[in-house]
Amino acid sequence: MILVWLIIILMSGGILAWICGYFLTHLSKWIALVSCLISLIITGRLWFDLYNRIDLQNQTGWLMEFSVPWIKPLGITFHLALDGLSLTLLLLTFFLGLAAILCSWREITSKQPFFYFNLVWVLAGITGVFLAMDLFLFYFFWEVMLIPMYFMISIWGSERRIYSSYKFFLFTQASGLLMLLAIITLYFIHAHTSGYYTFDYDQLLTSSLKSNYSLFIAIGFFIAFTVKLPLFPFHTWLPDAHSEAPTAGSVILAGLMLKTGAYGLIRFVLPLFPTEAIQISDWALMLGVISILYGALQAFGQTDLKRLIAYTSVSHMGFIVLGVFSFNELALQGVVLQMITHGISTAALFILAGFLKERLHTRDINQMGGLWSLAPQMGSIGLLFAMASCGLPVLGNFIAEFLILLGAFQLHPVYTSIASIGLILSAIYSVRMMQKVFFGEVQNDHVTFHDFNSREKTIMALLTIAIVFVGLYPQPFINMLQPSIKSSLKLQTEIKNSNSNEISPQKGSIIHHK
Amino acid sequence: MNTVIWLLPALPLLGFLLLAFLGAQLNRTTVACIGIGSVSLAAILGLYLAINFISAAPASGYISQTLWNWMQVGSFKAGITLHYDALSLVFVFVITFVGALIHIYSAEFMGHDESFARFFAYLNLFVCSMLILVLADNLVLMYLGWEGVGLCSYLLIGFWYKNSKNGIAAQKAFIITRIGDTALAIGMFLLFKELGSLIITDISQHASEKLTKGSSNANLIALLLLGGAVGKSAQLPLQTWLPDAMAGPSPVSALIHAATMVTAGIYLIARMHAIFELSPIGMHVVAIVGAATLLIAATSALAQQDIKRVLAYSTISQLGYMFLALGVGAWWAAIFHFMIHAFFKALLFLGAGTVIEAQHHEHNMLNMGGLKNKLPTVFKTFVIGSAALAALPLVSAGFYSKDAIIWYSLTAQNGSPLLWLVAIIGSFITALYTCRMVVLTFFGTSKTELSYLPGPKMHIPLVVLAFLSVVGGFIELPHNFGHVTLFSHLVENVLPATQQKIDPSEFLFQLIAAGVCLSGIFLGWKLYNGSREKIVNLESGGVFKFFLNGWYFDALYKILFQQPYYFMARINKNDVIDKLNGAIVFTSNWLSNQLASSQTGSMRWYIMGIIAGAIMILTLQLVL
Repeated sequence: MILVWLIIILMSGGILAWICGYFLTHLSKWIALVSCLISLIITGRLWFDLYNRIDLQNQTGWLMEFSVPWIKPLGITFHLALDGLSLTLLLLTFFLGLAAILCSWREITSKQPFFYFNLVWVLAGITGVFLAMDLFLFYFFWEVMLIPMYFMISIWGSERRIYSSYKFFLFTQASGLLMLLAIITLYFIHAHTSGYYTFDYDQLLTSSLKSNYSLFIAIGFFIAFTVKLPLFPFHTWLPDAHSEAPTAGSVILAGLMLKTGAYGLIRFVLPLFPTEAIQISDWALMLGVISILYGALQAFGQTDLKRLIAYTSVSHMGFIVLGVFSFNELALQGVVLQMITHGISTAALFILAGFLKERLHTRDINQMGGLWSLAPQMGSIGLLFAMASCGLPVLGNFIAEFLILLGAFQLHPVYTSIASIGLILSAIYSVRMMQKVFFGEVQNDHVTFHDFNSREKTIMALLTIAIVFVGLYPQPFINMLQPSIKSSLKLQTEIKNSNSNEISPQKGSIIHHK
Repeated sequence: MNTVIWLLPALPLLGFLLLAFLGAQLNRTTVACIGIGSVSLAAILGLYLAINFISAAPASGYISQTLWNWMQVGSFKAGITLHYDALSLVFVFVITFVGALIHIYSAEFMGHDESFARFFAYLNLFVCSMLILVLADNLVLMYLGWEGVGLCSYLLIGFWYKNSKNGIAAQKAFIITRIGDTALAIGMFLLFKELGSLIITDISQHASEKLTKGSSNANLIALLLLGGAVGKSAQLPLQTWLPDAMAGPSPVSALIHAATMVTAGIYLIARMHAIFELSPIGMHVVAIVGAATLLIAATSALAQQDIKRVLAYSTISQLGYMFLALGVGAWWAAIFHFMIHAFFKALLFLGAGTVIEAQHHEHNMLNMGGLKNKLPTVFKTFVIGSAALAALPLVSAGFYSKDAIIWYSLTAQNGSPLLWLVAIIGSFITALYTCRMVVLTFFGTSKTELSYLPGPKMHIPLVVLAFLSVVGGFIELPHNFGHVTLFSHLVENVLPATQQKIDPSEFLFQLIAAGVCLSGIFLGWKLYNGSREKIVNLESGGVFKFFLNGWYFDALYKILFQQPYYFMARINKNDVIDKLNGAIVFTSNWLSNQLASSQTGSMRWYIMGIIAGAIMILTLQLVL
């Protein structure tokens, strides 16, 4: 029941913020803050309660579950469930949600009530996505998080907001449609073979799906999730959406929404389509590697700070695809840690870009420079997160990327070695960004530039502590995630162990089929 | 005793944290006290540990301390675990002791800098990272230190960040070393794949069981690790960052770019000797890289005019000697030369810093001269350091350490006459450029008025380092005179003993080495102790220009890598993939316009359309 409460708190908090905001504008952000904080506290409590219950050896079942029939004739249930993976991601959701609310505190001045409504509802949608274990419900929440985000970009964005919000909406909607098609096909095929209709994840998982269409269904899911991620060549919505969105929008987009794509791959594509995932893995790995290198190259070429950070996300998300399709425990642990640490570090960079924009009214890095001498604290934080972005040890991103590469290398040494070039390219764009923004000569027109105020300091301190903690002591997360990761990989491992010869003829037959 | 190892890196870390968070509020004296104090305490602790370790060495040869379990996934395990043995001992001693001296020097050298606290914070962070690097019990933790020192190097080269030239040098250093780091990382992945562990003791124990000698995997691992080492230690082909790194303050050059960080590559290869011993090809490549680098860098040093660039190239060249020693299998000789080099090169950099500071930040040696009487202490210590660099026979420590390398480059397992020849030619050029540097800087007529006279905080480190540059050599004397083996005895607890394949008369070869060194010095004195015009004339030739530009490696890399990358990033700034999406939008717009234009509102056209459609359908029906 507590899982339902999480969603109810956020949804009602959002509505309350909207309504109360009409009477007292300032109230809306406080309501948003409180509802997010309550959710964070609940999740934190859950973490501590459940941490000891994690059984490292035996990985079965959910830590917590809630299921009631919703639309019975169609076999739709309101099924929420929690395991280590969802719990960790929920913690990240509310943590970054808090940061997003705090960084909008002064930035958003128009239509505040509606803004906070949208913000909190996006969080609610994401929470739902991480918890829903019924494919219909999952799709429902997938849409819930999309629409408020569309409003956030199109109403509070900067100059080219309309273009960007359309683009964002069309990309995600089109890919969502593919997913819907895939879900419905899956639903009918399952009904055809087993005789009863259900969208329930657990039941779809236990029945063995053998159908000529299963490869196409898997590809449908794969594309839907990788557009969200985004993977090359579906990434072009991201730089536009990021650069035009308000800071909170960028934080949630980069920190959380991209992760729903990665989550989908781990939660649905790997366990539901084990053989198909192996079949498409070569393509996925290749696209992942291209994303890593292409994103880094593009980031180097940008002059708009937020576009630059957006392209670094493309690069980092490439690591996620590389890790997921290596079907290896080390790599998959790295993937989830990458989701967490990239969420934190990119959120920090976007917030920083937001602070710079509030002060300088520009995102063009050619008009910045020498800011270290005016704002050393800001410079230090910028340095810290730029270094996090290029994978410096002590900071969490290193653990994530190291585990991904280490795990992926065991199976795909060539891909991984090429992907490792990304480590060099990330250093190149990171030091360029530092040089352009913080080092060099001070430009005369920002003499009134001031360093962090206490609210900004609080946000940055929280994010810094989080990234250093994950970097120095990731073990609690690793333990928490282990059962979910093992169960995601269970089928792949079985397939690989039992019939490694059987896959290749099957692959041949599919090519033949085409 | 093993419960205090953690304090070694923790003390400088504490110093860093204090300075980073409170530095802005503290006055200069407090800042200096924290900065110097933390490293000095670590140095004292290091001495205490060393004495304990040498007097009562544990049976296993090392002591270790686990702080916490860093990460453990499946069979992969990496702890925050420190590992202290004889090799770490030598490195810890050099890092903390030379580090503390350089901190003391910096307190005066940087005394008027507006970012005094930031400087000491970075330096303390550097010492902490470097200590983690040499104390790590697994390669992942070592990589943490490895990247940490890279970061500090980047920050300190670009310390005076307002000048964008410094920024460019800093970026260059960071990116080029990162290329090496990536090779190292891939080497670690492969190592884990083959051995199933990244813990150093596991690697040295099980490498020979799981990897066959000379197999392609063993070679590949060795070469990848070497890739990491050449990046950090500025060896061919990744040497180009070090001369530019001289943009940083002189104490930084002394500590990071001479004494400690750049020797991380030496440490890595020595630490991974078990792997290299399984790869004869890898060993040969190490030796060849070292030999080629020492020659290229020595000739480049000969033509430099900036005193710090002379020292930078000389550092690359001396590191080349260490690589040569490692490659031929003279493990202890490499480590011995590392230690002696740390003493005299730190001394030379600090001396050069004083000289530059005293002459209105003049870097060009051709504009210097006659400082012999004006800065007597600096002069004396600088000459002692130079003698060690040139390996002046008998009286300098550099002679004992370098002679061992030259000797083993001929006689050790992988030695060869060719390597010996390169080493001896390098030794001649070293003597020549060292003499040139000393003569141009300190002799001749005085050119500039002194703007600044160094105080005791700058003199004391110079004197202490000069003392070590002389007596440091006496702890290890060749067996044909003295035969003291204190150092090799200690280090061979960890490293394999040096195997000799031939044993010709050592005395004869020492005589040759000494003669070559003396003739180099003599020639240098003859050439450079004259009028400056003549020297400028001498050095205006094409060969000198080639040497001055460091064999044009920079220009080559610019054409090969830098410009294409810039070009690709620039032309594709607007992302060609986005054009595809644009094309979809464009096509739908175009189609929509075409269809819209058919909706004219004119009845005649509509009727025409209906008739035309009807005819078409009827025709189709008739035809089909």
